[in-house]
Amino acid sequence: MVFKDAALTPEEMPKTTPVPRQHGRMPTGVSWRPLEPTTDKTVLPGGRAVHLDRFPVEEEALETDPLVEDLMVLNIGPSHPAMHGTFRIKLWLDGETIVKAIPEIGYLHRCFEKMSESHRWQEVFPYTDRLNYMSPFLNNVGYAMAVEKLLGIEIPPRAQRIRVILGELSRIMDHFVCVGTNLVDLGALTNFWYFFRGREEIYSLLEHVSGARMMVAYGRIGGLMRDVHDGFEDEVRALLVSLPRYIDDVDKLITNNRIFIDRARGVHAIGPEEAVDWGWTGPCLRAAGVPYDVRKAHPYYGYDQFDWQVPVGTTGDVYDRYLVRMEEMRQSLSIVEQALDDLPAGPVNVDDWGISPPPKDRVYNTIEGMVAHFKLTFEGIQAPVGEVYSYTEGGNGELGFYIVSDGGGTPYRIHCRAPCFAIYQNIGPTLEGCMLSDIVAILGSLNVIAGELDR
Amino acid sequence: MAGPVAENLRRRFGDDLQRVIDERGELTVWVDRSRVHEVLEHCKRDPELAFSFCMDVTAVDYLPLGVTPRFAVVYHLYSLATGHRIRIKTGVPEDDPVVDTAVDVWKSTDWFEREVYDMFGIRFEGHPNMKRILCHQDFQGHALRKDYPADLRWKLMRPDDLVDEISADEMKRIRARVTRPISE
Repeated sequence: MVFKDAALTPEEMPKTTPVPRQHGRMPTGVSWRPLEPTTDKTVLPGGRAVHLDRFPVEEEALETDPLVEDLMVLNIGPSHPAMHGTFRIKLWLDGETIVKAIPEIGYLHRCFEKMSESHRWQEVFPYTDRLNYMSPFLNNVGYAMAVEKLLGIEIPPRAQRIRVILGELSRIMDHFVCVGTNLVDLGALTNFWYFFRGREEIYSLLEHVSGARMMVAYGRIGGLMRDVHDGFEDEVRALLVSLPRYIDDVDKLITNNRIFIDRARGVHAIGPEEAVDWGWTGPCLRAAGVPYDVRKAHPYYGYDQFDWQVPVGTTGDVYDRYLVRMEEMRQSLSIVEQALDDLPAGPVNVDDWGISPPPKDRVYNTIEGMVAHFKLTFEGIQAPVGEVYSYTEGGNGELGFYIVSDGGGTPYRIHCRAPCFAIYQNIGPTLEGCMLSDIVAILGSLNVIAGELDR
Repeated sequence: MAGPVAENLRRRFGDDLQRVIDERGELTVWVDRSRVHEVLEHCKRDPELAFSFCMDVTAVDYLPLGVTPRFAVVYHLYSLATGHRIRIKTGVPEDDPVVDTAVDVWKSTDWFEREVYDMFGIRFEGHPNMKRILCHQDFQGHALRKDYPADLRWKLMRPDDLVDEISADEMKRIRARVTRPISE
């Protein structure tokens, strides 16, 4: 059968590859030809000359819309203060009611998956930071877990706990930004300051741990970049005291706030069957009443040993999404506290110089250490042939990484299952019939992160 | 090797499953692309399987490995009721890159399939809006194919009015929904 060749099992892998693959370069024998660049030079009013490669912006291309005479057409985005990222929704309005909405995405497409194919396994981490840039460390964990599953290794208990602690703090950060900016869009600025102050405090901890405030790149295959500093526990305990105050402040200001309730309750209510059918995960799915949380359903890193609950909404509207996120932050704080209480001592990286780099004193003082270091840097982690799909609970839902390896130091294919992508895809049909002013409330509550949406 | 999911599928499809692989605790089932829609529909509707989620649809290009067929479309399903996961793969040849759509089974495959089309040029037969999603409409080639150069840059700036995403039927519905009289 022809298909016998198609599966990736080691014994049936072809021994020689017909098209040579080189690090950072695409194979020779390219069957595809780029278009020839044009040299059309256009002089703009004001005298500045620009090259318009191939497609000059034509007036008629802008308005070929047959509905434009009857309905008002409104473009929200791609760059708009209420969009929280670069994407566009084109709306056709009848008065203030949305008759038709079509989203357009891709403005922030940075070819994460293509780029990963020309980098070594450990070099992908900075790219994963930039997927959901509201909670970068959770992406690090998701990617690292996928590669560790491929390698068949388990990371030390201390690394697991630190991943839980920083991951949950990242989740709180994610929810801070989501709820905070959602409320700003609805006209409540104060909450934003409360939450961003808390976020800054978490940033300071992350900076102390990793050296970077936002794009931490702190995860590593087989563990972490380095162990946490002395005084890490005290700093986290200080956060456990300060963060609940901000959550309580916002809770008191907003949860029973007449204006917020009027703007949020019953808006964009998505039922459980519909949410599942659209592939929703994360807080938006739980707000619809489906208690699916990867940390509960498929516990990893000892999430089943902690005492915590999955908050679930009933109506799936903007208000329930707010409530779910608020409660999840409290649950995350509880998890952090429990994880901190028995933070085990020990190494934070696996004891395998083919996966984790050797300690620096071994690199500088022993030949074995130096060889291992060079081999790891130049050749990369030698992963076995195979494919895995690994899933963790990201800030927005199930963050999946599908990895195909043909053996060797670079990934053959990495695909990121971004929760936003599934959540955002029904925005067009579900916006129809809503009011124009609901859009900002809905977009904020879905927490669409363009970095993750477009990858 | 044999879990309840694999058993069920074997019972229903028998030898039509080309391969059943259980590796690293993940079940992978290869099916012919002429049967893939049937298998997916069974996975969702069968009460024993009840794969309520289609978590992901993607594809892999096997060109440098020299295997035939060149592409594989990959579905990741998840069952909320049983907690099982399954990966369904189907081979797609280069000269006829078409697969039946699964939009009628799970709505979530809508954009996933558009992304596969955009990145690999695999079309999904019966999809309501088989159009690029991440790249510009004037982009040529399919970026995640292995023979597409990674360092190629495009400068495309033609705006998209998105009107082609409204079907004639829908246009009629929109006109009917509007409260004001509409000029013909």
